[in-house]
Amino acid sequence: MQAVEVSHIVKSFADRVVVNDLSFSVAQGEIFGLIGPNGAGKTTTIRMMMDIIRPDSGTVTILGEKLGEAAKNKLGYLPEERGLYRKLRVLDSIVYLASLKGVDKSSAEERANELLKQTGMLPHKTKKIEELSRGMGQIIQFIVSIVHDPQLVVLDEPFAGLDPVNRDLLKGLLFDLRSHGKALILSTHQMNEVEELCDRILMIDHGRSVLYGNLAEIKARYRSNSVLLQAEGELGEVPGVTAIRAHKGYVELILGENTTARQVLEGLVRRGTTINRFEVATPPLNEIFLKVVGESHE
Amino acid sequence: MNKTLLILRHEFRQTAKRRGFIVMTLIVPVIALVLIGVVQLVSGTAGPGPQAATIGYVDELGGFQQFTSQGNITLIRFGTTDDATGALIAGNISEYFVIPPDYISTGLINRYTLEKQLAASPAVAAAINHFLVTNLLVGKVPAATIARIEAPSNLVTTRLTETGAVAPEQGGYGNLIVPFFFGILLALSIIVSSTYLVQGLGDEKENRLMEILLSSVSPRQLLTGKVLGIGAAGLVQVAFWAISAPLLLSLASSSIGGLISAIRLPISFVALAVAYFILGYSLFAVISAAIGATSSGSREGQQLMGVLTIPMLIPFWFASLLIFSPDNPAWVFFTIFPLSSPVEVVMRLGVTAIPAWQLVASMAVLILTIIGVLALTTKIFRVYLLMYGKRPGFGEVLRNIKTG
Repeated sequence: MQAVEVSHIVKSFADRVVVNDLSFSVAQGEIFGLIGPNGAGKTTTIRMMMDIIRPDSGTVTILGEKLGEAAKNKLGYLPEERGLYRKLRVLDSIVYLASLKGVDKSSAEERANELLKQTGMLPHKTKKIEELSRGMGQIIQFIVSIVHDPQLVVLDEPFAGLDPVNRDLLKGLLFDLRSHGKALILSTHQMNEVEELCDRILMIDHGRSVLYGNLAEIKARYRSNSVLLQAEGELGEVPGVTAIRAHKGYVELILGENTTARQVLEGLVRRGTTINRFEVATPPLNEIFLKVVGESHE
Repeated sequence: MNKTLLILRHEFRQTAKRRGFIVMTLIVPVIALVLIGVVQLVSGTAGPGPQAATIGYVDELGGFQQFTSQGNITLIRFGTTDDATGALIAGNISEYFVIPPDYISTGLINRYTLEKQLAASPAVAAAINHFLVTNLLVGKVPAATIARIEAPSNLVTTRLTETGAVAPEQGGYGNLIVPFFFGILLALSIIVSSTYLVQGLGDEKENRLMEILLSSVSPRQLLTGKVLGIGAAGLVQVAFWAISAPLLLSLASSSIGGLISAIRLPISFVALAVAYFILGYSLFAVISAAIGATSSGSREGQQLMGVLTIPMLIPFWFASLLIFSPDNPAWVFFTIFPLSSPVEVVMRLGVTAIPAWQLVASMAVLILTIIGVLALTTKIFRVYLLMYGKRPGFGEVLRNIKTG
């Protein structure tokens, strides 16, 4: 069963269509990237999945159940712009917000303590939120979004403002959640993070889907016919290669139309070249993003 | 537990823990206590009576020799003003007055004191007056007549019903105190509670908690829980004030105490007061919620709320007009106008019998307004709770109400 199934949702605000006939699904145990330029309709889409606003038409189902008050307990949400009750203590904040997700007090406390320990925040549990640093506040907010053991967690720019240590900690927690069969939706502008974490992606622009599917497949689709090579000694001319671009520490070989990477590799091996790295070049997601968004704006 | 109840409990606790709330709850009785103390000090009725004092006088007219002992105040006659001034400076007397030869035609009494004061204290003034009157009249009219000249009437009003029988509910200042007191508490509590509601919503909008809350509960649950939670805290506050009131009043002077003990509160008044309390709070709560949802931050919302509470305060500003002409058409208007009716009705009940049709109209308008505002609020709540940074124009809000 899909963790979330979004089907033909449409939403307009004051005559402006913000989300236009969008459909996608996210499986359990999957990290799904929701990407797109500013104002593409990502936040509106997320809010419709979280039942914060209702679509004008179309449906959202969570684990086969139509979105409604009952389904809300299965959702976890880390909004992009964050905040908690500033005067409330850390543990009280987590327990209160967990109780609104239908978790009873003692289990909420138990799980909150567990997560605080896991993130190294246990010593701060009696502090008021306003006494925490920005990064710490963000970790607490992340705990709030998963403390009720949700089936679907939507994280909007979860890494923004985190130092490398906390960034790593968070990544570890995300992989952990995935291994427990949770569906995670990551909305971010950081393409390197999407490449690192996501299994599948949906790119939207002007409220429409412009790219949707398995990340590796998408990258293969946008592959330019070239290989990255790091070799010892002078390379000279290589058969089947039309151009060589030098990069720092390696070169990019642009292949002729009918040449395959295998043929080039075989040629190099025959010549006895010492090869340290040979890799079929896939464009970074960033490039694909710019290309696709550029196309859709033309 | 039901999510609405969870929000209710949370809001109640958070409100009750607020420093401002605790200070407000405690400060009202303290201010009342201070006021009672000040009134008693100023009127000179504090303690077992006026302090013993010795006052000098110079009788230039002649004939003022008797009754030199007026309660705690003793009067000493001096032959000349120089003697009296000497005694005043020496501290033998606290002040003196001169009865000039033309006193009978002018009524002029010159008073001399070392103190900086606007007028003689009521106790001293009363002693001097009594001394003058009794000396002027002694031997000419009976003693009882002297007393009547000093206080010609002790007005006691009895209200009769149309059949000529004594009405069960009597008017008077005693009956005025409780409605006015209740009116003040009602207005205070409504203002405080609705301020918290606007502030709370504004804060949750400002710090973006709203999204997390709305991904957990419905706008209706959030609205209901908040209104009831903060309302419950407001009720506890009023209950605290109401309980502390009799204790404070027992500390007040016997004259006020006597008034209080004379109060007979009809059941109909208590029922109406409670009903208007609940309706009044509900109306301001739904208005607060609408304002909290549409304004960009807590401060802006509070300013707007301040403007809307003005009609409620009108009966206080014109309290004397209300007491002396309670059936003026202007008061009828404020009895029916929903923003002022909760306080207006309760206060007007203390001074007059409000015709039944006005009460019915007032309640009906109030209830209809609550239903109307509630319907509008729930419509716009969801949209505007998530709109940050900018305040929507009035036209835009209207458009959204239409489209829902």
